[in-house]
Amino acid sequence: MNDIFPFLKNLTSASGLSGYETHVAEIIKEKWFPLVDEIQVSQVGSLHGVKRGKSDKPQLSILIATHMDAIGLMVTNIDDGFLSFTSIGGVDPRVLPGQPVYVHASGKKSKDHKPLPGRVVQPSNFLLPPEMTSAVVPIERLIIDTGLTSKQVIELVQVGDLVSFAQEPLALSGETIAAHSLDNRAAVAALTICLEELQTMIHRWDVWAVATVQEEIGLVGAYTSTFQIRPSLAIVVDTTWAKGPGSDDWNTFPMGQGPTFLFGPNIHPKLHGTFKDLAEKLEIPFKIEITGRHSGTDAFATQVVAEGIPTMAICIPIRYMHTPVEVATIKDIQRTGRLLAQFISQLDDDYMKSIELE
Amino acid sequence: MAQTTSLSKKQIQIIERLSNAMAISGDEGEVRKIILDETSPYTSSHKIDSLGNLLIEIKGKGRNRVKVMLAAHMDEVGFMISTDEDDGIYRFETSGGIDLRQLPGKAVMVGKDHFPGVIGARPIHLTSAKERKETIPLSSLRIDLGPGMKSIKPGDGATFGTRFQQIGQSMMGKALDDRLGVGILIDLIKDPPPNIDLQFAFTVQEETGLRGARVAAFSFDPDLAFVIDSTPANDLPTWDGEENHNYNCRLGEGPAIYRADGASFSDPRLVRLTEETAIKEKIPYQFRQPGGGGTDAGSIHTQRSGIPSISISIPGRYAHTAAGLARNSDYLYTLRLLKATLKSIPANILKQERK
Amino acid sequence: MKELIRTLTETFSPSGYEHAIRSTIRGMIEPFADEIKEDAMGNLIARKGERTKNGKRVMLAGHMDEIGLMASHIDEKGFIRFTGIGGINPQTLFGGRVKFINGVQGMIGGEPITDISHSLSINQLFIDVGADNEKDSPIKVGDVAAFERPFVDLGKRVMAKAMDDRVGCAVMVEALKRFKKSPHEIFFVFTTQEEVGLRGAGTSAFGIDPEIGISLDVTRTGDTPKAKKMAVTLGDGPAIKIKDGGMLADIRIVNWMIRVAEKNKIPFQREILEGGTTDAKAIQVSRSGVPAGCISIPCRYVHSPSEMVDIDDVENSTRLLSSLMEDPIEL
Repeated sequence: MNDIFPFLKNLTSASGLSGYETHVAEIIKEKWFPLVDEIQVSQVGSLHGVKRGKSDKPQLSILIATHMDAIGLMVTNIDDGFLSFTSIGGVDPRVLPGQPVYVHASGKKSKDHKPLPGRVVQPSNFLLPPEMTSAVVPIERLIIDTGLTSKQVIELVQVGDLVSFAQEPLALSGETIAAHSLDNRAAVAALTICLEELQTMIHRWDVWAVATVQEEIGLVGAYTSTFQIRPSLAIVVDTTWAKGPGSDDWNTFPMGQGPTFLFGPNIHPKLHGTFKDLAEKLEIPFKIEITGRHSGTDAFATQVVAEGIPTMAICIPIRYMHTPVEVATIKDIQRTGRLLAQFISQLDDDYMKSIELE
Repeated sequence: MAQTTSLSKKQIQIIERLSNAMAISGDEGEVRKIILDETSPYTSSHKIDSLGNLLIEIKGKGRNRVKVMLAAHMDEVGFMISTDEDDGIYRFETSGGIDLRQLPGKAVMVGKDHFPGVIGARPIHLTSAKERKETIPLSSLRIDLGPGMKSIKPGDGATFGTRFQQIGQSMMGKALDDRLGVGILIDLIKDPPPNIDLQFAFTVQEETGLRGARVAAFSFDPDLAFVIDSTPANDLPTWDGEENHNYNCRLGEGPAIYRADGASFSDPRLVRLTEETAIKEKIPYQFRQPGGGGTDAGSIHTQRSGIPSISISIPGRYAHTAAGLARNSDYLYTLRLLKATLKSIPANILKQERK
Repeated sequence: MKELIRTLTETFSPSGYEHAIRSTIRGMIEPFADEIKEDAMGNLIARKGERTKNGKRVMLAGHMDEIGLMASHIDEKGFIRFTGIGGINPQTLFGGRVKFINGVQGMIGGEPITDISHSLSINQLFIDVGADNEKDSPIKVGDVAAFERPFVDLGKRVMAKAMDDRVGCAVMVEALKRFKKSPHEIFFVFTTQEEVGLRGAGTSAFGIDPEIGISLDVTRTGDTPKAKKMAVTLGDGPAIKIKDGGMLADIRIVNWMIRVAEKNKIPFQREILEGGTTDAKAIQVSRSGVPAGCISIPCRYVHSPSEMVDIDDVENSTRLLSSLMEDPIEL
């Protein structure tokens, strides 16, 4: 696939906050439809696309999970036309003042309305408690102003309405993209590239491409889809912290030098080894990412479902994670997609035995 | 039959091997191997699942047998190398809960070959009084394996370098939490009570979230579960001479039965059965103070439709540090109590009301 | 309804030790259920109704357990140190009365306050049952107690300890009694150990394998002096949960609940709770996933010895639950 950019732009323009993923699920479903044999939706809204393999033995299957939900905000209170809100997923309040947002109004008169544009605003110091002067203003004191009158707001907006970031995706130089929700739509794009590559490759195993829901709120989709599908292997694709201004510690990785392969108790060591060997053989650059405990991804769930599932996690480095201006390179996304396809095509009937632990 | 009152040479040897082995969460192969060495003459088969849990089943005799899962965790708290900074200096993360104040100035061992290394600290001469009042943060600590070290890479595990010792009637070594529990299960495999089906789970990743036990319990789907761990004995004198009311349990007073910890309530029927057995068999026992902590029972008891569970631990001082201390008698009595309790499980125990 | 709430709230059953409340509720629902059983975690499960062609298997969950205290040490002078069971706020303890499951009563005292800016921590408190020393104490390590506070009828409002979640159980008991007809197979599950981690709900959901999950629990209000902003007020009707600290309710369930409430002219509120969650979270993530939501009864002073609810909210919550169960459920 040469141009993942339009798909990625489309993906990162949709809302699809945790728990409310239908919009982005529709976009993914349309894209995957010609690439898989069957598409279903789980009880909690995850998208499952299965592409069957050639093997006629009792079927071995691989699940590739990429979460499609994104962080955002939700209206908690309406006061004189101003909206108070809470976060869905981890949002640093410092990136909020001045942010353009969309309020997905669902009130009585909102039926034909598009999402309402608004801004997160920081009230003046004298409107805030004295200790917040010149300090970071916490989420509960920030406000969204839609520019509408109080009467209009009451007719259109309700407590519980979603608010998504309105920042449009930008093509920065060097084939990079800046957008909100690259965590984790960049991974969805990588999985899509993998499915496209598989169209012209032979593979013995069944492939379950899964766009999970609510990763940001407790890995709900990962636990439940893995339980339903019970794959032989689970590969989770997510994002990790790229090196950049403010992020230069040992646990950050250069952007544009390939994905990271996670290693630690959350990851099956031999499965990790297979990916490493394959990437070296294909000359796909990568970095090893050490995670001592929780991998911070859907892998934490897939590993412990039912009797346990050998799990691997691959991450695409992105800058400024969980802000509306996350940045990633198209190259890293393409590399990840290609690597996944190559991994799948070399899986044979003896692979499970070859990764047994002693 | 006369009861033994001391640990046999063989038992001490096994515990020593286990204590000296390195097995951080996610990398328990060394302990798995020791267990298989010791138990394969007594078992016909075993299974290692995809997380590394070692699962051994021993069927009993007789009808209507209750299926009992026994769990002890193989992993210990330790470290994971995160960055190679050249010249033999490595940055590391902790694996499992370790108080950072236990780290400076310690000997460690690193990697499969147990390379010796040290966690150093700035010389006192170069520190100020103010600085010495603050805990050295993890970001400032390093493992030094000596210049020229080439074979250690990020991802390799490390643990304290403590060698096990018998000191009088006590054992001192690292990882007594939970190699003592592993030892107990090995002893049970060698002399299993015949009235029940036994499902032994030597679990992984307990220290990083009770993860191995979760999938082991799902696979086994037992009727009941007994978890053997080691619990802290905080039975030292208090700073102001007041009565110590947070001792958790006491060294030398026998197996510590749990009513409740931070992760589970022991099933009251199993608690009653265990206590009555201890009294009947005249085995010293104590109750671990409720609250805080957690054992594999935390994830076992919520599997599937629920599995009645109980935790029984061997008291150990200084858990999660370079060297823990336990009494031989506590180990012996725990083994004795466990065996006697398993032998007395009535076939209809789950028909009794849960109270 | 008030008498029902009184009986339920005045029973002593902290998490893990629910036999008293289980027995009480079982006695109340036995004449009305098609089938009753208790599972390995002590959950009380009552089945009602048959699943018709377009009907669903529904699991309702209200937790029977309440927060409490467990004795951790009896000192030489007979004072009892304790640990909390569930979310105990030490600020609600000093001066309060407790009752142990074995009937013994006592009060919670504390060490002297040396720093007025901090309230006492649990470690500085103790229970006094009037014993002189450890030997003569009727309490031993592991004994379990709950707040002792009688139910009080204030007219439109009622207050008691353990409204969380005996009032949810009351709504379920009452809905079961009023049950007329439904296209669904409904499991009324009185769960255990919710306060310590939703443990009963997860295991009972695994056993039942429902298609829909609804919890009945309390939620906070934003209507007391200087309270954190929250769009829920006592007396304005049952709260339909959209989000809480642990989960996002399935939007299809939320919309269905709103439709049914409007159709039946039942007042309701939209709830977002910061901090705290319910059994619905455990049901949602069970097996292959379950669309889940929650009907919340607004409650002031949650996790204090005197929780307060509005009796009309309770009645409307019952009406809402009954209407939902009679409704065909098209998500």
